[in-house]
Amino acid sequence: MNLYRKRRLINGLNLTLSMVAMAFGLFWLGWILWTLIDRGLSSISLDVFTKMTPAPGSNGGLLNAMAGSIAMTLAGVAIGTPVGVLAGTYLAEYGQKGWLAPATRFINDILLSAPSIVIGLFVYEVYVASTHHFSGWAGAFALALIVIPVVVRTTENMLKLVPNGLREAAAALGAPQWKVIVLVTLRASKAGIITGILLALSRISGETAPLLFTALNNSFWNANMNAPMANLPVVIFQFAMSPYDDWHKLAWAGALLITFGVLGLNILTRFVFRSKTTLH
Amino acid sequence: MTKLNTASREKFQAFLDLAFKLTTRFFAFAVLALLAGIIIELFIGAMPSIKAFGWKFFTSTDWDPVNVKFGSVIQVYGTLVTSLIALLIGIPVSFGVALYLTELSPKWLKRPLGIAIELLAGIPSIIYGMWGLFVFAPHLADHFQPWLIDHLGPIPGIGMLFQGAPMGIGMLTAGIILGIMIIPFIASVMRDVFEIVPPTLKESAYAVGCTTWEVVWNVVLPYTKIGVVGGIMLGLGRALGETMAVTFVIGNAQNFSYSLLDPGSSIASTLANEFNEAYGDVYTSALIELGLIMFVITFVVLALSKLLLFQLGKREGEKT
Repeated sequence: MNLYRKRRLINGLNLTLSMVAMAFGLFWLGWILWTLIDRGLSSISLDVFTKMTPAPGSNGGLLNAMAGSIAMTLAGVAIGTPVGVLAGTYLAEYGQKGWLAPATRFINDILLSAPSIVIGLFVYEVYVASTHHFSGWAGAFALALIVIPVVVRTTENMLKLVPNGLREAAAALGAPQWKVIVLVTLRASKAGIITGILLALSRISGETAPLLFTALNNSFWNANMNAPMANLPVVIFQFAMSPYDDWHKLAWAGALLITFGVLGLNILTRFVFRSKTTLH
Repeated sequence: MTKLNTASREKFQAFLDLAFKLTTRFFAFAVLALLAGIIIELFIGAMPSIKAFGWKFFTSTDWDPVNVKFGSVIQVYGTLVTSLIALLIGIPVSFGVALYLTELSPKWLKRPLGIAIELLAGIPSIIYGMWGLFVFAPHLADHFQPWLIDHLGPIPGIGMLFQGAPMGIGMLTAGIILGIMIIPFIASVMRDVFEIVPPTLKESAYAVGCTTWEVVWNVVLPYTKIGVVGGIMLGLGRALGETMAVTFVIGNAQNFSYSLLDPGSSIASTLANEFNEAYGDVYTSALIELGLIMFVITFVVLALSKLLLFQLGKREGEKT
C-alpha cells in the first residue's frame, strides 16, 4: 500500500512539474510580448512611418529602414524560391535512386539550422570583398541563401503528399514526366509550397546577423540596391546598443513592428496550410 | 506523315523531359555546392591566420588586435559554456512541455499551446537580445545574481563560477536566454517522436497498472531515446550559432574568466561586433577562422542530430 502511494506521489509530482514547464515556456513568451507592447506602442507615431532614421537628438522615423528591409526581403525570396522549388522537386520526384538526393537532403537539413552569421561571412567573402562595397544586393543574396533550405524542405514534403494515383493517371493519358510534374503535382501542392515561401519570409524578416556584413546600414533614403542599404534589424541593433534615449525609443518601435509582423506571418502560414489540408 | 509527326513530337517531349530533369538536378546539386562553397571560402579566408598562428590558435587566450596576436580559447569557451547552460535549462523544460502536450493537455488546448510554444521560435533573435539587455538583465542583477554570489560563491570548486559583481550581463544571462530560445526546437522534436510510440505499447503498460509518469519514463522515453537525443543535438546546434541575442547580453569582453557572471564573448558575438571594424589581413582572417571553427562544430552537431533522427525513422519504417 505504501508503494502504491509512493508511485502515485511521484506521478503527481512529475506531472505537475510538466505543467510548470509548460507555464515556464509561456511565461517568457508573454513577458517578451508584453515588453514589446509596453515599450513599443508608446514609441509608435506617424513619424515612424514617414521619416528617415534620425541623428541622435533629432526627430525621425524608420521609413528608409522599412523600405530597405522590404526590398531586400522580397529580393531574397525572389532569388531563393525558384532555386528551392526546383531542388525540392528533384528530391521528391527523381530522388528515389542515386547518391545526389540523399546527400542533398542531408546537407539541406543542416543548412536549415546552420548559423546565419556564417552565411553573412560567406557572402562577404565571395561578393562584398570582390565588389569592394557593401550593398543591398549582397544582403538580398545572403537572405536568399537562408530561404533556399526552407523552401527545399517544404517543397519536397508537400510533393510527397501528392497521391501517386494522380501521377499515374496523368502518365496513363500520355503526358510526359515534366508535364506531370509541372501541371499536376506541383499544381496540386501549390498551397503547401506557398506555405513554405511564407515560412521563409517570416524566417528572414527578422534576420540580423547575415545583413551586418553585407547590406550594412544607411542613414538616408536609398533606392539603389547596389549601395549600402538601411534595414530594420540592423537599425534596431545599432539604435538599441547606442546610449541615446530617442534612438532606444525608435528601436522599440521597430522591434514591435518586426515581431508582430513575423508572428503574424507565422500564424497566417498555419491558416493557409490548414485550409489546404482540409481540402483533401 | 502523321506517324512521323508523332515520332518527332515524342522526341521533342523526351528532350524536354531530360532538360527538366537536368535543371532540377542542377539545383539540387547547387545546394550541395553551397555547403562546400561555404567551407572552402571560409578556409581560404582563414588562411593568413592559420599560417600565422597554426595550432596555437586553439590554445591561446590572446585576443589582441594591437599586437596582432589571436587565439580562440576565450570565444570557444564562451560559446560552449553559454550553450551548456542553455541545454541545462532547455532539456528539462522541453521534456516537460512535450510531455504535457502529448499526454496531459486537454484536446482543445493542444493546438493553441503548441502554436504558442512554436511562436517562441518565431521571435527574431534580435528581440530576445533587446529584451534581455533592457528588461531581463537588470532583473537578474537585482534579484538573482546577488543571491548566487552570496550562496554559491563561497562554495569551493563551483564557487569560482559565481564570482564578481552582479552586473546583469554576462555568460550566465546569455546562457539563460539561449535556453529559452532552444525550448521550441527541442520540444517540437520530442513531441513528434513521442507521438510515434505505438499506442498498443502504451496501452499495455497502462493495462498492467502503470501511472502516466511510469509509462512515459519506462516506455515512451526508452522507445524514443535516439530521437530525443537527436532533438537535443538540434537545440545545441542552434545555441552554438546564435548570434544577436548573445551579442546583446554577453558583455563582449575579450578577457578569459571562469566566472559565469563576468562578461565574456562567444564566437558569434565576436564576429558580429568586430568584423566590420577589423583592420589588417590577419585580424580579419582570425575572425574568419573563428567563423570556420563555429561552422565545423555546428556542422558536426547538426549532422549527428540528423543521423540519430534518421535512425529512429528507419526503425519506424522497418516495423510498419
